[in-house]
Amino acid sequence: MYVNHDSQHSFYDEMYDEDRTLREHYSNFGAFIENISAKKLNQLQFSADKAQMAMGMTFNVYHDKEGVEKILHLDILPRIIPGNDWQKINDGLKQRITALNLFLQDIYNEQKILKDKVVPADLILGSKDFLKPCIGLTPPKGIWCHITGTDLVRDNNGEFYILEDNLRCPSGVSYMLESREIIKSAFPNLFNKLGVRPVSDYPTKLLDMLQFLSDKPKPVIGVLTPGVYNSAYFEHSYLAQQMGAELVSGMDLLVQDKKVYMQTTNGLEQIDVLYRRIDDTFLDPLAFNPDSMLGVPGLFEAYKAGNIALANAPGTGVADDKAVYAYVPKIIKYYLDQDPILHNVPTFLCREEKDRAHVLENISDLVVKETNAAGGYGMMIGPKVGAEEHEKFRQLVKKNPNNYIAQPTLSLSTVPSLVDHKTIEGRHVDLRPYVLYGKEVEVIPGALTRVALKKGSLVVNSSQGGGSKDTWVLY
Amino acid sequence: MLSRVANSIYWLGRYMERAENYARFINVNFNLMLDSPPDLKEQWEPLIMATGDHELYKSRNQSFDMHEVIYFLAFDQNNPNSIISSVSNARENARMIRENLTKETWEKLNETYHFVNKAANGKIWKKEDPRNFFEEVKSQILLSYGLADNTVARTEGWHFRQLGQYLERADKTSRILDVKYHILLPSAEEVGSPLDFLHWMALLKSVTAFNTYRRLYGNISPSGVVEFLVLNKYFPRSVFFCLKEAETCLYKISNSSGEGYSNSAEKAMGELRSKLEFDDVNDIISNGLHEYIEHMQIKINEISNKINDNYFQIKDNFASQTMVQE
Repeated sequence: MYVNHDSQHSFYDEMYDEDRTLREHYSNFGAFIENISAKKLNQLQFSADKAQMAMGMTFNVYHDKEGVEKILHLDILPRIIPGNDWQKINDGLKQRITALNLFLQDIYNEQKILKDKVVPADLILGSKDFLKPCIGLTPPKGIWCHITGTDLVRDNNGEFYILEDNLRCPSGVSYMLESREIIKSAFPNLFNKLGVRPVSDYPTKLLDMLQFLSDKPKPVIGVLTPGVYNSAYFEHSYLAQQMGAELVSGMDLLVQDKKVYMQTTNGLEQIDVLYRRIDDTFLDPLAFNPDSMLGVPGLFEAYKAGNIALANAPGTGVADDKAVYAYVPKIIKYYLDQDPILHNVPTFLCREEKDRAHVLENISDLVVKETNAAGGYGMMIGPKVGAEEHEKFRQLVKKNPNNYIAQPTLSLSTVPSLVDHKTIEGRHVDLRPYVLYGKEVEVIPGALTRVALKKGSLVVNSSQGGGSKDTWVLY
Repeated sequence: MLSRVANSIYWLGRYMERAENYARFINVNFNLMLDSPPDLKEQWEPLIMATGDHELYKSRNQSFDMHEVIYFLAFDQNNPNSIISSVSNARENARMIRENLTKETWEKLNETYHFVNKAANGKIWKKEDPRNFFEEVKSQILLSYGLADNTVARTEGWHFRQLGQYLERADKTSRILDVKYHILLPSAEEVGSPLDFLHWMALLKSVTAFNTYRRLYGNISPSGVVEFLVLNKYFPRSVFFCLKEAETCLYKISNSSGEGYSNSAEKAMGELRSKLEFDDVNDIISNGLHEYIEHMQIKINEISNKINDNYFQIKDNFASQTMVQE
């Protein structure tokens, strides 16, 4: 099928090099694609769409008409990452998560890093995500961030950079797993030939990790969901099903004598570990947001008493703030005495005068982000908008410098994608691998690759018209 | 098993069975009308009467035109019992407890949901003969039963689903019988006429009972058909059979012996089942079939309420959360 190389001149394309020659790790797959007919490829794409619909792999878009179920478009063409590139990601993420976990334990307890002025105390203590009820707490086994979905991007030279640490309730892992099943049936012969590392044992590893958090021989595990109307409900039920765990919502649970129970047809049954997919402050109306209808009154007391393990631990949000992000290289150095293996995207902290001046001066070239917004909201991509928007963000930054950071506009790498059933063209992508922290830190050899489907677009978020790709990590 | 999950599984069973029976309703009426002499007006009102939604229908429609009735029973989202509502409700319940379903059963139900919605967009009710659609709904649901039968473990969840399914079927079989009561013959002399017999035959066919009936009873007679559809101990759509199965589910759920009762749901169920076990068809007909059916339906509702009281009552953290379905 025809591959359109027009958009490739100025970006790093992961499949073709500058001479439009297939990169080595794509050679087998590339030959396959160049020989397959457009009709056949479209059929495969059509079957993939149908499979997603049949599986009910749907999500609800926030800010959209209620009750609309959409599928996240899965592009049939996979993204391939060679083993040696992956090794670096693997090592870099292990290092980063280990350091961030130590950081969380420290700031909620001794606060050495703040006293040593490596990270400004006011940045942490003044953050709305710093949960005072967690002060003095050590979660079961000393683990705070059990499940992480770190976002990475590649620049013009193909170098990987960390874009965001998602330490709260990162979603998307079900897409990694289900997409793999769909793509497997599309290209059944290629998997063996290329040596694609499997991801299907993720639910088993997740279950092992959750069981590890309890000292009981057969702990009862639950996945706590906000409910069927949450945009990620599909994933919550999927993971519960795959693990054979109970999927529970706040109304199924109650707390007595600082123990958490499920209401079953046979009365109350104690639950020992909750993989919670509810934001920190909604967990318990008695400890946090009193208006929360999603949580369980008394849950935090039970947690403090050590009668229930929560993954991730409440309070992790303070460490994935976009301003704290800028300090992560220093955090790694401080706790591990190592240089970071994976680098940050250069970040200007608007709270610092020098950086702020630079941002105000060069706002039209920068990406400005709110420090605690997610999903691609509350951000401005300088080169993509007009003077009016630039001025609006200058004022926002001046008014509330602590709330903003800025980064240079990255020219994200591209991966060839099937466009409009007609051509194959490069589209920008990011990468979200998943990391589990149980007995040890383990990076799953696969990822959710999000792709910006619109030509030239850099926004990959599913809530703003992004799609996904299966990600093949080779041995 | 979580009370909320049990509740959803029970209602999943009921809604699926309801959708399947509504598909049967419409086909039985179609068949009845096809067998009527050309001078007799089509009767679609009896069908609405039998579903118990007569008032709702009258508040929304002027006439009992075939297309309007079919729309109401199959595609009207404002009718909580229409096929599209039942299938949507079944899927919504399934979505809430998806982790408890096998992949195959969920995907089949999801497919049925998309199929019914597509038919609604295609305005199937305007067709001259939409029977294919209803046959397809029926066979999709029966296929999903087959899938469940061969893939679902016989644990608590299975019994809650069977309980819902059989209780719903008991109610709906009684309603199919009631359609005959509401259909008017041209005159009183027609009772026992060939036309009358044609009606009874169509009724049997609609519940896939014709061949079995023939083998067991031979001649078509009203009392034979009533006995078969209400009291027969072996036919899987007879009211008695359904109640007996549902009762067994209750005992499995509570893990009790089946002698006497261990909760109010079992008591109500056992009472109705044993009443049917010892009822005589001649008494039923001489006391009035329609009245008998109505009484049975009220009892079935009471049983459902008792099941709710015993198993699904969620002790609220927040008083405002309730999940009552009907």
